[in-house]
Amino acid sequence: MSGNGYLFAAYAVTWIIHIAYLGTIVRRYKRLQGEIEALKKTGPRS
Amino acid sequence: MKKLFPILSVLTAILLSYALYMALIGAPTERTMGNVQRIFYYHVPSALIGFMLFFVNFGASIFYLIKRKPAADILALVSAEVGVVFLTVNLVTGPIWARPVWGIWWTWDMRLTSTLVLWLIYVSYLFLRRFSSSGETPTLAAALAVLGALCVPFVYFSIWFFRTQHPQPVMGGGGSIDPRMLHVLLINWLAFSCFAFLVCWSRYRLEKLQRDVDQAHALESLMDPRGSVR
Repeated sequence: MSGNGYLFAAYAVTWIIHIAYLGTIVRRYKRLQGEIEALKKTGPRS
Repeated sequence: MKKLFPILSVLTAILLSYALYMALIGAPTERTMGNVQRIFYYHVPSALIGFMLFFVNFGASIFYLIKRKPAADILALVSAEVGVVFLTVNLVTGPIWARPVWGIWWTWDMRLTSTLVLWLIYVSYLFLRRFSSSGETPTLAAALAVLGALCVPFVYFSIWFFRTQHPQPVMGGGGSIDPRMLHVLLINWLAFSCFAFLVCWSRYRLEKLQRDVDQAHALESLMDPRGSVR
């Protein structure tokens, strides 16, 4: 691999790691929204 | 606050784009390493932001141990998680730089090994938080965070105390750097710090929401269908 190849690999892997982490946050947020909707459907019982 | 987040996100995206442009085109090419040296503009800020977040984790953990405020516990968790992400970037980009420059991916040198140990400490912290069901988990995690934070200065200054293959620190050390390269490094550090702040903010809101939902589930399980407490 050339110097440019290593440079590209390092920058690409940096953004892949950050985007993958952001993806986990978005996924957890969506799951939580589903739980909130389910709680709202159950409604206040008192 | 809801309006501030998108504005800051746009500003951070612009800053990150500018930092990328400066790292790839604006910064001068290093004479011996060539373009591979540009990895430094992502590698060093990732480590510094990881360390900063571990200090936030340390402060929040101490505060939690003294005051028992749930907000401090959430901040400790969030800063450790995002700090691990940044230190992972540092540990991955380092070997990619080392391969063409040193001729090897990894060496068990003091700086590299201590950074890996620090990463493992914070990964174990996150595992403890994720899988322990004890009510004392936040307290145990806070104690582990204090131990982890003690390792951060050791990792940073290991270059001074031991003979190592790793380059000298650019800031506060014996290393020297072209002022134009330092300028690009600082821009990247600022851009990634803003990015880390926004990620921490999102993660904090998510964690707070998660705890509110957990509390609602707990309350729901206590109620019978007619609404009276069991």
